[in-house]
Amino acid sequence: MVDWREKLKTDMSKVITVTSGKGGVGKTTATANIGAALAKLGHKVVCMDADIGLRNLDVVLGLENRIVYDLVDVVEGRCKLRQALIRDKRLEELYLIPAAQTRDKSAVSPKDMIRICDELRKDFDYVLIDSPAGIERGFKNAIAPADEIIIVTNPEVSAVRDADRIIGIVEAEQKGPAKLVINRINMDMVERGDMLAVADVLELLAVDLIGIVPDDQAVLVSTNRGAPIALEVKSKTGQAFRDIAKRLAGQEVAFTSSNGAGGLFGRLSKMIRVGNKNA
Amino acid sequence: MSPEVLIKGINEGLLVSISEGDWLEAEQALYAEINRQVDFLKGAKLILDVEDHEINAASMSRLRDQLVDQGLSLWGVLSRSPLTEQSAQAMGLATRIHQAEPEPDEGEPLDEAIEIPTNAGALLVKKTLRSGSRIAHSGHVTVIGDVNPGAEIIAGGNVVVWGRLRGLVHAGAEGDEEAVVCAMDLAPTQLRIAEHIAIPPVERGEPRPEVAFVRDGNVVAEEWSIGEKS
Repeated sequence: MVDWREKLKTDMSKVITVTSGKGGVGKTTATANIGAALAKLGHKVVCMDADIGLRNLDVVLGLENRIVYDLVDVVEGRCKLRQALIRDKRLEELYLIPAAQTRDKSAVSPKDMIRICDELRKDFDYVLIDSPAGIERGFKNAIAPADEIIIVTNPEVSAVRDADRIIGIVEAEQKGPAKLVINRINMDMVERGDMLAVADVLELLAVDLIGIVPDDQAVLVSTNRGAPIALEVKSKTGQAFRDIAKRLAGQEVAFTSSNGAGGLFGRLSKMIRVGNKNA
Repeated sequence: MSPEVLIKGINEGLLVSISEGDWLEAEQALYAEINRQVDFLKGAKLILDVEDHEINAASMSRLRDQLVDQGLSLWGVLSRSPLTEQSAQAMGLATRIHQAEPEPDEGEPLDEAIEIPTNAGALLVKKTLRSGSRIAHSGHVTVIGDVNPGAEIIAGGNVVVWGRLRGLVHAGAEGDEEAVVCAMDLAPTQLRIAEHIAIPPVERGEPRPEVAFVRDGNVVAEEWSIGEKS
């Protein structure tokens, strides 16, 4: 019985890389919050920071002061993989593998990432990898082991352009189709019914939308405090991340439920269907 | 016969020619050759001439990673196989090298220049070209899909896009003023025909099929109506 379960677990576990191309769109925040939300749903989750030299995920999760070993220590054999796993303070099922801050991207290779993730698959339902910005070595490392890719973008031209580039690379590496999170949607615009930004983003990128996250100053507060907003029950932004987690876990969650503004999401889902047909 | 790997220097970097035969063997021969000369090659920009070898996107990606691990960068792939060309283009690699102008004073024989496949037929691209992808072809180019901002199409002949054209497009890139650009929604970042460069107006009405061409030295766009002169 146990063996069968173990086997099933390894087969079912998913490595998901969160990336964007452009910096500052909210990859790390998304990784931390989706990870926390998945763990809250009862899945066993490890978040891995692949941004070696510029680590942040530990800060956003509020685990900075618990780091003893990091990803590079694992790669270079200074510790066992489980020694680098840091358990979250709030959630039993959430773990972090931090990046090294004093090294750079060349300390890890795509092969190392694949090997480490294959080991993590045995123990975790989800391995979430926080990718660095850019399309260079660090990005290659982050997507090498991925089963699925989540692209985070903002409703602005430069971020969407970079997302498009990344989606192209992801398709070329046969890691597609990528899933899209549009982060920092302005709720005032939503209430005015002015969702052109989202429609335009989907029209250009033509990928599956998995989440829309509102622009919310509370996110800044929560990342500074090291407490993911996804765990704040009353927060709409937290709800947006919890919805993403549910969709990742295979549940159907309508885009109308969390963010109000019904009519406009009708238009949105129409766009999504068109996008799918084209893809 | 075991596969042969020839390396020679050209303007753009190092041209590595790989002989015919089984690709897996050829690939091994390539790695062996690179290992042998690793100090000499370190940091070099490589252009692979793989002739008829068919390489899919996954193998191409693996090949590039292997080369990167050796401290080399893969810059372009030349091939007669359309599959290989497509995989290379999907990864943003060059698939042809602009032929160097023969320098009159240069004593070097011309056979040092790169041989470019001269099959100037039409290239059919059945996918959306995303930012960062580049199609360069000496004949006509037809895209079934969109051309997103940040993507480039450089064609010796005409460019037809059965979708939205929002990237950069250059038709008649070798000087053909008769070349045209057609799209279901013609809204390129920049449109070039031969030597002419046009930036489309920002204010646009409803998208409609349009054709752009050169008239009296200016690039103009008109409604694309079937049956009339294009």
